Amino acid sequence: MFDFFKKNSPGSNPVKSSLTERLKQGLSKTRQQFSSQLASLFGGGKIDADVYDELETILLTSDVGVAATQYLLDQLKQSVKRENLQDTTELKAALKAALLELLTPLEYPLTINEQKPFVIMMVGVNGAGKTTTIGKLANLFQAQGKSVLIAAGDTFRAAAREQLQVWGERNNVHVVAAESGDPAAVIFDAINSAKAKNIDIVLADTAGRLPTQMHLMDEIAKVKRVIDKAHAGAPHEILLVLDANTGQNAVMQVKAFDDALKVSGLVLSKLDGSAKGGVIAAIAQARPIPIRYIGIGETMDDLREFKAADFVDALFDA
Amino acid sequence: MLENLTGRLQGVIKNLRGQARMTEDNVADAMREVRMALLEADVALPVVKEFIINVKARAQGQDVLQSLTPGQAVIQVVHDELTALMGKANVALNLAVVAPAIILMAGLQGSGKTTTSAKLAKLLKEQKKKVLLASADVYRPAAIEQLKTLAKQLEVDCFDSNASQKPCDIAAATLDFAKRHFYDVIIFDTAGRLGIDEAMMAEIKALHAQLNPVETLFVVDAMQGQDAVNTAKAFGDTLPLSGVILTKLDGDARGGAALSVRHITGKPIKFIGVSEKVDGLEPFHPERMASRVLGMGDVLSLIEQAQKNVDIDEAKKLAEKIKSGKNFDLDDFKAQMVQMRNMGGMGALMDKMPAQMSGMAAKMNTADAEKSMRRIEGIINSMTPLERRKPELIKATRKRRIAMGSGVEVQEVNRVLNQFEETQKMMKMFSKGGGMAKMMRGMQGMMGGKLPGMR
Ligand SMILES: Nc1nc2c(ncn2[C@@H]2O[C@H](COP(=O)(O)OP(=O)(O)OP(=O)(O)O)[C@@H](O)[C@H]2O)c(=O)[nH]1
Ligand SMILES: [Mg+2]
Repeated sequence: MFDFFKKNSPGSNPVKSSLTERLKQGLSKTRQQFSSQLASLFGGGKIDADVYDELETILLTSDVGVAATQYLLDQLKQSVKRENLQDTTELKAALKAALLELLTPLEYPLTINEQKPFVIMMVGVNGAGKTTTIGKLANLFQAQGKSVLIAAGDTFRAAAREQLQVWGERNNVHVVAAESGDPAAVIFDAINSAKAKNIDIVLADTAGRLPTQMHLMDEIAKVKRVIDKAHAGAPHEILLVLDANTGQNAVMQVKAFDDALKVSGLVLSKLDGSAKGGVIAAIAQARPIPIRYIGIGETMDDLREFKAADFVDALFDA
Repeated sequence: MLENLTGRLQGVIKNLRGQARMTEDNVADAMREVRMALLEADVALPVVKEFIINVKARAQGQDVLQSLTPGQAVIQVVHDELTALMGKANVALNLAVVAPAIILMAGLQGSGKTTTSAKLAKLLKEQKKKVLLASADVYRPAAIEQLKTLAKQLEVDCFDSNASQKPCDIAAATLDFAKRHFYDVIIFDTAGRLGIDEAMMAEIKALHAQLNPVETLFVVDAMQGQDAVNTAKAFGDTLPLSGVILTKLDGDARGGAALSVRHITGKPIKFIGVSEKVDGLEPFHPERMASRVLGMGDVLSLIEQAQKNVDIDEAKKLAEKIKSGKNFDLDDFKAQMVQMRNMGGMGALMDKMPAQMSGMAAKMNTADAEKSMRRIEGIINSMTPLERRKPELIKATRKRRIAMGSGVEVQEVNRVLNQFEETQKMMKMFSKGGGMAKMMRGMQGMMGGKLPGMR
């Protein structure tokens, strides 16, 4: 849905450039479909029950969830009364304002403080985009002139280490890994190595886990404690990666990981697809945690800071 | 799994059950609740709308109106419609073609295609098929490596592709290799892709044309939200799908995708992924899932699981002992725990129990319980065969030795012995008849406060 920022297909290379062109056309087509649907709705007609039904549909089908949708519609009805709104153009502006108000507190970019090394730990469910985000973050921080080291803390999934190593090579960043074994030990070693080499930022990958797997949630809490032992006060940032395709389950993920670890930031990945990621509205209500970045593709440039206004625009204007 | 939906629907059911008469009002109330429950469970909005219309129509029909227990009849309607939504019955893989039968895997990024490919390979290997895994994911770093590693673990062959090749070349080479080496089945893994990524969708369409698979399986993350509609439609429009696999159902309290994906693609859900381990793939049974959603439990799956994973001879011996009510000793106690673990552990078991029982289990931390089961096993292992057969011999000195041997405090040994006695009593109770109800009460006794996982 954040397609207007970009788009390269994953393995984009010269051979595929014509395909990339076609892809762009495809994306704009999808975008047009959606916006024309909205354009007719918000074209400036009278405000009636049908319009509210339509708005409810838009919010629900964007994964905003029942409670947050209800809240937003209530807000909307109040401002219609209060400001005596007449047509659907005004209604749209009011709804955007209500959503923006809900999401703005989440717009709080990550600042790397003087801690050295500044340790960032990535967590999330299986396949959310943790490893890819590390590749993107390494690229971002290096572009800011910072030195980076990666810790291959996923010692569970097959070839997780090899995957991360490729990202290390692409960024020309050293990846600390062990043949197998204990995630905490790998990250511990990486932090010590970063200290010795005077590295600015350590990015620690961890294995994907579902919040229902209690023993794995205990394990990650232990990893966090060990990191603190290696470097008092670390990790300085715990990033929970959420897949924008996820529905209301994302709220549970945020709660569970936050309860276990105290999550300090979120990354919303895969916003380049057709999923809207509206569940962050529900998260803003249930457990507001800053969204540091959004992921908009599979290459290392496909990371942006979260901007609430852009997000709201994309949701309604496409 | 699905607790959320189950919990909400239970409220509705409780309300309905008591109703002597169905009025437009109480049906409407119930349906509003059902709608909320389904939406909260991430069932796609268009699917919810249709579901509600169908249930409403039938709830006002003759069957319900003339029923002596209209509330119950409405519940039956909801159950029927849920089942209908998910498909009528289990549909198995169809591999009845001239070998090699090809299975093509497709889906979004991160949906679980590679892990599922490996799980499928394991399943088919167990059916004595000669299986070849192959990956054409040349995009995600080390994706091919991941499949190769899993294949090695399973002792299944994996075609030797690499990321510098073109997917269509990999497909051609895989086909050729499989034919020359007489494989029964090829499981062909592909890169994750977005439904709106036309270039990538064109790629998989071409792969499909080239491979002509007998099964084209769409792999969907059970946690997926409303966009399941668009994604399922995009894949369904591009590929002639033959089935769906729903992954990560172990993590999901909602599982709404199970209800919408089948409806949108019109293709049966053939399997569900229920654990990260390679054996965590189960055939999907719509009617059982519907029962599960409504909190009626899935006893059938439980029995099947038992049949598959429990050592039948062992179980028979145990059953004999239970029947006779005598001689149930510590060895049997241990065997019982091992059997339980073989069936996927407490968590997996409780998941399939009727809601009333799993409600009880929810108070218990199953991971802790499993840990403590392992500790109990350790303690029993430190006993001599004689002690295991005659636990009454175990007095202070022996207790100390056993505690030392298993690295625990003496109190722990005492606790195990108490627990064993409880179980023994329960077994006697069971043997005297009274069946399940008594046993459940007994189990509650056995677990009540005794396992440290209990909150
Ligand atoms: N389109 C798109 N795909 C993404 C994005 N971020 C990650 N992916 C893809 O999602 C898939 C999973 O990403 P990973 O980074 O491996 O996810 P993970 O959380 O590390 O997964 P596990 O370690 O297996 O739990 C890969 O195919 C990535 O290329 C994104 O922003 N957009
Ligand atoms: Mg990873």
